[in-house]
Amino acid sequence: MSAAHDHHHGPAKGLSRWLYTTNHKDIGSLYLWFSFAMFLLGGTFALVIRAELFQPGLQFVEPNFFNQMTTMHGLVMVFGAVMPAFVGLANWMIPLMIGAPDMALPRMNNWSFWILPFAFALMVSTMFMEGGGPNFGWTFYAPLSTTYAPPSTTFFIFAVHIMGASSIMGSINVIATILNMRAPGMTLMKMPLFVWTWLITAYLLIAVMPVLAGVVTMMLFDIHFGTSFFNAAGGGDPVLFQHLFWFFGHPEVYIMILPAFGVVSAIIPTFARKRLFGYDSMVYATASIAFLSFIVWAHHMFTVGMPLAGQLFFMYATMLIAVPTGVKVFNWVATMFRGAMTFETPMLFAIAFVVLFTMGGFTGVMLAITPVDFQYHDTYFVVAHFHYVLVPGAVFSIMAATYYWLPKWTGYMYDETLGKLHFWLSFIGVNLLFFPQHFLGLAGMPRRIPDYALQFANFNWISSVGGFLFGFSQLILLFVVIKCVKGGKKATDQVWEGAQGLEWTVPSPAPYHTFETPPDPKLIHAQ
Amino acid sequence: MLSKAKLWLSLALSTLLFWSAGLHAAWDLNMPRGVTQMSRDTYDLHMTIFWWCVAIGVVVFGAMLWSIINHRKSKGVKPATFHESTKVEIVWTLIPFLILIAMAIPATRVLTAAYDASESELDVQIIGYQWRWEYRYMRENMDEEEVSFFSVLATSREEINNGVEKGENYLLEVDRPLVIPTNTKVRFLMTSADVLHAWWVPDFAIKKDTIPGFINETWVIVEEPGIYRGQCAELCGMEHGFMPIEVHALEPADFQAWYEEQQAGVRQIRELAAAEMTMADAMAQGEQIYNRNCVACHQAGGVGMPPVFPALAGSAKATGDAAVTMDTLVNGVPGTAMAAYGRQLNPIELAAIITYVRNGFGNSAGDVIQPADVNAYIQEGQ
Repeated sequence: MSAAHDHHHGPAKGLSRWLYTTNHKDIGSLYLWFSFAMFLLGGTFALVIRAELFQPGLQFVEPNFFNQMTTMHGLVMVFGAVMPAFVGLANWMIPLMIGAPDMALPRMNNWSFWILPFAFALMVSTMFMEGGGPNFGWTFYAPLSTTYAPPSTTFFIFAVHIMGASSIMGSINVIATILNMRAPGMTLMKMPLFVWTWLITAYLLIAVMPVLAGVVTMMLFDIHFGTSFFNAAGGGDPVLFQHLFWFFGHPEVYIMILPAFGVVSAIIPTFARKRLFGYDSMVYATASIAFLSFIVWAHHMFTVGMPLAGQLFFMYATMLIAVPTGVKVFNWVATMFRGAMTFETPMLFAIAFVVLFTMGGFTGVMLAITPVDFQYHDTYFVVAHFHYVLVPGAVFSIMAATYYWLPKWTGYMYDETLGKLHFWLSFIGVNLLFFPQHFLGLAGMPRRIPDYALQFANFNWISSVGGFLFGFSQLILLFVVIKCVKGGKKATDQVWEGAQGLEWTVPSPAPYHTFETPPDPKLIHAQ
Repeated sequence: MLSKAKLWLSLALSTLLFWSAGLHAAWDLNMPRGVTQMSRDTYDLHMTIFWWCVAIGVVVFGAMLWSIINHRKSKGVKPATFHESTKVEIVWTLIPFLILIAMAIPATRVLTAAYDASESELDVQIIGYQWRWEYRYMRENMDEEEVSFFSVLATSREEINNGVEKGENYLLEVDRPLVIPTNTKVRFLMTSADVLHAWWVPDFAIKKDTIPGFINETWVIVEEPGIYRGQCAELCGMEHGFMPIEVHALEPADFQAWYEEQQAGVRQIRELAAAEMTMADAMAQGEQIYNRNCVACHQAGGVGMPPVFPALAGSAKATGDAAVTMDTLVNGVPGTAMAAYGRQLNPIELAAIITYVRNGFGNSAGDVIQPADVNAYIQEGQ
């Protein structure tokens, strides 16, 4: 083998490897590390919130800074932690799962990652500007985010534009890869569900990210160029902002959960040692959820004073989401039923996902019921609901995926004892943190307040204790991953006894280049 | 303010003792059943949906737990190989669908009733401001005095900053509550003067956004006399957590007496505004008004939070031409959080706060603004 040939195969050395890389595995790793860094940053903001809410009264921060914390926590977690984590998993796993040598558009792949750190540096820097950073909630309702916003809002708008561009490029890449680069024999209905859920997610992203870009541009014009899109005094409409935002925002929440469904649909059959019960219906359910996500947006706005007919339509449409979501949960349970289960860390996270996500689903049905939503709306009940679907939902699925594929990425088994410790501390912490928030909301505590009436003291106290437990438990994950990258028990190619799919046919760790020639079609099985 | 050490000590103690006596903490798990037909319907609907969810949860989680206990490899079981069943998929699509229909029917009924605001006996306009509420009683006869007032948080800054013990209704008390008659259909017409707010009283099961440029309506028939409390529910800026709602429901006869008393008060203030104010009076009253209305943004000592909330100490606007100070207070500064206080405060209060701003915080304009000056200024503007 010549030296030049060798050079062609291995990664470059040093920093330039990461700056110039067009390799899907490198870019996947970059996304995942970036996401973890943002998870810790957004988590730190959350701990500031929980510290302030530990007791009634103002102890640590001023109300304006508190509002910056709730806003930045939401923005960083949604756009910086959860979304990039799933893009990282997509980069690593989609080519390996469909037998492709890389992503379809590798240079764009590099760019879509490398603009992200700049977007977040810009956004976080607003906190050090005069007047402070965004303090109007992650939903940034106008006119609080336009006429009444701090001067740094322009930088926030620019950061959102960059994040949107990154997401759109990432999703074009996913679609181009899945539609064009599947190995011979990998028909659409043989694709692993993670690939299916990401294909649908990518279409959602392309559909709604331009709407977000549009709405922040309208804000920019209202702030600087004298337009009145959202200014009632100039003939504009503050409610229009909410319609546009949630037309983006509701599909956005499915963008954060559909790939999670894919991850769990891979892990449960592996550790139950039994095929997924209803593959076809899982695909159709995912597509149905994606379709419904476009016609339910105004259920976030039941209190703005829509006409009765509008309220009823959005109530019925929202309730319908429970049907395909139920199909998914029933299929996971039917897959576990009469399997031969073992409970390694990925499976523990996946089971916790199914239970706790379903609890978030129950409160979702409750919130869909419009007249009762008048009581729940903008209270801690809503905070509990969406954190149940996002933290033990989306975030647990990302952790499950990390433990599941880590041996394939590093070539070593992770420390199972520490993994289980991480799981149990996270599980207890997350429930202590969010379950009491249901009670707080029902008893009447509004969200986004830095201080509260005395009857809310007990459950806030418990919630804060849970918050710190959950937050600091995540350092165990960091330790386990670093330990696993450095060494440990060698992983086999198969890694897990019951695992199915092309990613388990390549060596562990997966070589820098895989499937340069397509895999043997005989290796491709129906799921 | 407690010292840092004292604060940490109290945190540690409360951790150990888990809220010992002295704090009025509660363990409420559920929403209040409330005092209106609407709130009871809402509560019952909430419980119906809740029990449906519990029932589904028992079935789903039960099946899962049973599988986890029995179908584990360590028990030596061999995995089954069954999968795909269109029949089963149809069943578990249809059953939830039917349950949803069972939920949707009562929900539609309750919602339709909530939307019927017709035939109200009393109309009250509710206007949201950063960070207070204004209540205006709609008159039938335009010659009558209009009863309208602002309702501002009554909890002191010392309580919020942990300087003194917190009162029973900490953050849920206002200086002037909304007063309504019981067993009367009261319609609320809601709008906002600046950003979005939401008016919410859990015991009435009413929550509605107040939106600039829009008028939303909702209604209530309160059955029990009493004091009902709520809070702003829509993030409206820095002091969002500090604009509570307090409603006093009185028997209709008591309400009528209260209403007439308010009208007499309007006449009385008109007369009082003709009298002269001394510097000492103005400064004393001005300080009180400042601490209730201004201190959140302009801060103690008038130092402000630049650049959004400018300092008053040494400000040219405060110490220069009195007309400029008056204009800022009366008309506000459009496009900023500085509200127009021309309607929020009466001429006596306006004169006092203007004098206080011009002569407090080390400012020394030296003049005493009189209620008559304020009245003249307002009339000139109209």
